[in-house]
Amino acid sequence: MKNLILLIPLLPFIGFLINGLGRKYLPKSAIGIIGSGTVLASFIASIMVFFRLDELSGQQISNNARIIGDPVVKYFDFINIPSLKVPFAFQIDQLSSVFLLIITGVGFLIHVYSTSYMHEEENQHFARYFAYLNLFVFSMLLLVMGANYVIMFIGWEGVGLCSYLLIGYWFKNTEYTKAANKAFIMNRIGDAAFLLAIFWIVSKVHSTNFTDVFAAVSSFSATDKIWITLLLFIGATGKSAQIPLYTWLPDAMAGPTPVSALIHAATMVTAGIYMIARSNVLYSAAPLTMNIVAIIGAATALFAATIALRQNDIKKVLAYSTVSQLGYMFLALGSGAYVAAVFHVMTHAFFKALLFLGSGSVIHAMSGQQDIRFMGGLKNKLPITYWTFLIGCLAIAGIIPFSGFFSKDSILLAAFEHNKFLYVVGLLTAGLTAFYMFRLLFITFFGAFRGTEEQRHHVHESPAAMTIPLVVLAVLSAIGGFINIPEVFTHGGEKLTEFLAPVVPNAKATVSHSTEWLLMGLTTVIAVIAILIAWSRYKTYKEEQPSAFGNLLQNKWYVDELYDSVIVKPLNALGRFSNSVFEKSGIDGLVNGVGRLVNYASRQLRLLQSGQVGSYILLMVISMVIFFVLEFFLRK
Amino acid sequence: MPVNYYIFLSITLFVIGIIGVLTRRNAIIIFMCIELMLNAVNLLLVAFSKMHHLANAAKDITAGSDGQLFVFFIMVVAAAEVSVGLAIIVMLYRNTHSVDVNFLNRLKH
Repeated sequence: MKNLILLIPLLPFIGFLINGLGRKYLPKSAIGIIGSGTVLASFIASIMVFFRLDELSGQQISNNARIIGDPVVKYFDFINIPSLKVPFAFQIDQLSSVFLLIITGVGFLIHVYSTSYMHEEENQHFARYFAYLNLFVFSMLLLVMGANYVIMFIGWEGVGLCSYLLIGYWFKNTEYTKAANKAFIMNRIGDAAFLLAIFWIVSKVHSTNFTDVFAAVSSFSATDKIWITLLLFIGATGKSAQIPLYTWLPDAMAGPTPVSALIHAATMVTAGIYMIARSNVLYSAAPLTMNIVAIIGAATALFAATIALRQNDIKKVLAYSTVSQLGYMFLALGSGAYVAAVFHVMTHAFFKALLFLGSGSVIHAMSGQQDIRFMGGLKNKLPITYWTFLIGCLAIAGIIPFSGFFSKDSILLAAFEHNKFLYVVGLLTAGLTAFYMFRLLFITFFGAFRGTEEQRHHVHESPAAMTIPLVVLAVLSAIGGFINIPEVFTHGGEKLTEFLAPVVPNAKATVSHSTEWLLMGLTTVIAVIAILIAWSRYKTYKEEQPSAFGNLLQNKWYVDELYDSVIVKPLNALGRFSNSVFEKSGIDGLVNGVGRLVNYASRQLRLLQSGQVGSYILLMVISMVIFFVLEFFLRK
Repeated sequence: MPVNYYIFLSITLFVIGIIGVLTRRNAIIIFMCIELMLNAVNLLLVAFSKMHHLANAAKDITAGSDGQLFVFFIMVVAAAEVSVGLAIIVMLYRNTHSVDVNFLNRLKH
């Protein structure tokens, strides 16, 4: 069991090493098989671990007999100093095993899709791409498996690095490199806060193990609780793209489309959700932070949804929808509905991976065109892509019985109990989500074809390696919600809640069944109305009329420009100032001054070296005489 | 004879040697002055060893003999040194037709 668990992260890492080191010698088919195969093997190992979870987490044999298990599997001491012991250990419990399945499962489909999508790349770059992808999966697995904050942080940094490498995969394009830098720097801001939180924990508990930290929560003062959770949350806003650190995610579209799918669905952005869900004991003890999390989440959800209304790049729309959906998850976390957040992570992984891969299929068919204004009428030309994309849209819009409906409903229910205002924001966002997703669908797949003549001839359905993952993900998006179907539909529902209960507590809904029905009905009605509006407006494409508000949305509320002028430009100016003043006159003056002094002193000293043997001997004699004099007269 | 006399004599010889080395330019004379300094020290060594012998002969018959031994060593080494030094001076003369030490500073350039 111990070795089986170790295999899960090790296999993608081996894939990374083989593809990374052998990139000049391996043929494309071998690279694809190694890249996808290691992740598939890791997925199989995750399934095996999932079914043998009882061995680790303990099991209820009868009402009062219980086998006590230990979910922590220790391998070796990572840091071992008297005041701090950090073991290299994995914690495999219900929560991490759910994430393992999502990461390796969805990750595997994305790998398979990539073998076809990236096929036109050169051999060497193809291998580099798969090496990065495997390293990405490895880091994410390390993140969710770690049994303490330090191991989690290693994975946390690893995904940051891999996102940088993959966003800047086409590094010859300066714009893409800039987007990669942006993602990395934005993430670093959050990472710094995360690191501070770890230091804070170490200074209080002298351990970073989850079990030790959570056991010590009661001994924390109120300030400790608030600051630790707040700093952890700032870390999460960086990784999971929340206000104010969300701007890197839409720019991350610079990477190849499957990478966007991987970042948005299976890995990276879910890290923040996982971390807070994992630290739920800490968060539950800090209600103030919970409120902040909920407010930031709701604000991000609404804010990003408004931006998505007016974007014309197919990937940008999806990117903002990811930010918005992540906002939902934080709203759930902040409302104390940790399970709802994890549930939404899962369904979101399915339908967002599906939508991204579908958009990749569209871009592939349109020879690299990403602007939906130049698409249109693709419904009959790309039937598989269209139908799967439609399912993805229905799922994200929250139409019953697709998966998004159930997860979104449980989040909205939790928000309704927590705070009525946040609920209204969530509801509004649900309507906007349905609207912009179907706007995207209608503009892309309906109406007349608006591309060039050349593109019209080229349009074709993607090969099987791309459509099969789409179909699998479409099935999962359609039925994935039933895993946690609410009690009101059927008895014995909410399997996920039950399953996660030992790790993640979930407050039982206190609202009556009739209220619950009403809320569901309300969400559905709003979504359907939004879809109908989108249908009437976009079923045949018309140029969108420019308006002041529309422009504001199209320019993303000018947040990038705001950050640019408030932070980037002053920093650059400060840099230039330091360069011209401190560097030139201060540092350079000091360094050159030392050089000049040595030069001058040595020129003076050189006069002593006359080359006259006589003068040397004279000096010798004089100094000896001086020594004798000192010896005789100054002796005590 | 008191040991002081020996000390004064050897200091005189030594200083003559030093002054010779410092003031003369002829390599052979400088060489002779160095020998003079060496022998001034030898004389001192012999004088002190005799003094020790006289003071400690009752207890130890060999007392002070190591100083005399040193002198023999120094004489042997000095003989070797003289042969090398004179050979250098001969070579110098063959090359420059002069034994003026001021020519030796050519290595400086």
